[in-house]
Amino acid sequence: MNIILCIKQVPDTTDIKWTENNTIQREGLESVVNPYDVYALESALDLKSRYEDINISALTMGPSQAEKALRKVIALGADKGILLCDKKFAGADTYATAKTIAAAIKSKLQDYDLILCGQFAVDGDTAQTGPGIATFLDIPQVTYVKEIVEYTRGYVTVIRETDEGLEKIRVKLPAVICILKGEFETTRPTINGIIRAQKSKILKYGIDDIPLCPVETGLKGSPTYVSRAFRALKRDVNCKFIGDVKELVQVINSVRGKHE
Amino acid sequence: MSKGILVWAEVTRENYLHPVTFELAGKAVELASKMDETPVIGLLCSKPNLIGEFKDAFKHNGFDKVVYVAEEKLEEYKTDLYAQAAIDAIKTIDPEIILMGATTQGRDLAPRISMSLHTGLTADCTALDINEDGKLAATRPTFGGQLMATILSKNSPQMATVRPKVFRPNYLDSEKDTIFIKHGVDLSNKNSSIEILDFKKKLCSDINDLDSADIIVAGGKGMQSKEGFDLLRQFADKLGGSVAASRTAVELGLAPQQCQVGQTGKTVTPKLYIACGISGALQHVVGMENSEKIIAINNDKDAPIFNVADYGFVGDVFDVIPQLINSL
Repeated sequence: MNIILCIKQVPDTTDIKWTENNTIQREGLESVVNPYDVYALESALDLKSRYEDINISALTMGPSQAEKALRKVIALGADKGILLCDKKFAGADTYATAKTIAAAIKSKLQDYDLILCGQFAVDGDTAQTGPGIATFLDIPQVTYVKEIVEYTRGYVTVIRETDEGLEKIRVKLPAVICILKGEFETTRPTINGIIRAQKSKILKYGIDDIPLCPVETGLKGSPTYVSRAFRALKRDVNCKFIGDVKELVQVINSVRGKHE
Repeated sequence: MSKGILVWAEVTRENYLHPVTFELAGKAVELASKMDETPVIGLLCSKPNLIGEFKDAFKHNGFDKVVYVAEEKLEEYKTDLYAQAAIDAIKTIDPEIILMGATTQGRDLAPRISMSLHTGLTADCTALDINEDGKLAATRPTFGGQLMATILSKNSPQMATVRPKVFRPNYLDSEKDTIFIKHGVDLSNKNSSIEILDFKKKLCSDINDLDSADIIVAGGKGMQSKEGFDLLRQFADKLGGSVAASRTAVELGLAPQQCQVGQTGKTVTPKLYIACGISGALQHVVGMENSEKIIAINNDKDAPIFNVADYGFVGDVFDVIPQLINSL
């Protein structure tokens, strides 16, 4: 089975600093592989440990620095890396991103069975690119997947976690599956993995390699645009610190409308 | 007369309309008043014979029109069949704006629709407005909730998803003269690529409760273990409340994903939110800051959670919470 693992390099959102003008200070902002994409990788590695002939190709679209993210997942166990990199791809929203990735898969990586994505990216949190890729490839999608239970010829069975409960779903391949955090132990890079990652040749494709025009990609190909960005307002309160548990009990009781 | 604001009527597994449908309708009526004679249109895709049960609810929530697709094959939510039915109906209705709940269903279906219609979609909005050009201005948190972005779409329909509890429904005492129109979609030759083999309703009572809970006891990394969350469960039971968790707690495996409050989890607005061992990362705060009262218990007096709390208690959760359980 050939798996395409879609990853995104994201800024470390836990470490954001602000400029005086309330814009995000991008210099020195560390980049990491989106944690949900790492969960997707862990699901792929789990399949690899249970079934024969599983190939994992990691794919990302981004600036040349995104190569680092690909090497990172190769060190963790992916087999190869593919980078979609072109100035014409820059500034893409989820529509243009999904369209570009789908076009690259269709023209360069036809022989695939399963496309795995993280359910969310922690920077944008749109959860749209995975379903978008599925739409442009005209294949099924299953989102909010906690676990890939079984792979049988032409199908996978997954557990999908919805607002209401857990669905056990069998989906026909090829399909896009978007992964939530699973039950796996955190994967660590191995020495062999790190060596392989250093030696790996990352395949690179630009606008001339895929069947799209420049106006269909990047900022130009994006139907949405940001008209305004501003710092999130904080709740306007002054915290009243309480010294003892008795008083805390009184506060809780008064808020819940219960008096002794 | 413009073509309308379409609200996706989400039918749950148990065949009721998800409350977010009416929250969106309340907002749609407000947005429509800022546009030129714009009708608010509901779109319901479901198995046959459900529409009758919902008519009163649609009439009391300000819908001008409801278009419904009633097909046996829509018995259960399946992405491909629902997308086909919805897209077919939407092409006929040709709305200017489409609003859907940012539920697992909405966030699965909305991108399938927007990408198929080659239009933009803004996910998980916290504010919607109509700008001076008559366009939908959709505001959402990004960068872990630290930055707000207002997003516009160059194409039509302009689409947005909004989480439950962000807007309030506007229930009308008098019935509106809602028009109901059946839209036929032929799904007879279409088979879904997915098969739902089994469904288990969530056992953890926290899940459905979080949306409606008056009191929420939430835990973060400071709760340290699953046993720490058992303690929270006892605390919540004592208060008649529900348990929630921060993203870090979920990522550490201390609590299930469906308990997660924050940017990648739920938005909650209880009367009382008690944050225990939660540092207060902004991505968590965006999910709970509209609670009426917030109490934070944390052993770090400089934890950012105290910046959003009405009351703070600096102390060890494992010392304080058992005392609270005994005294409440």
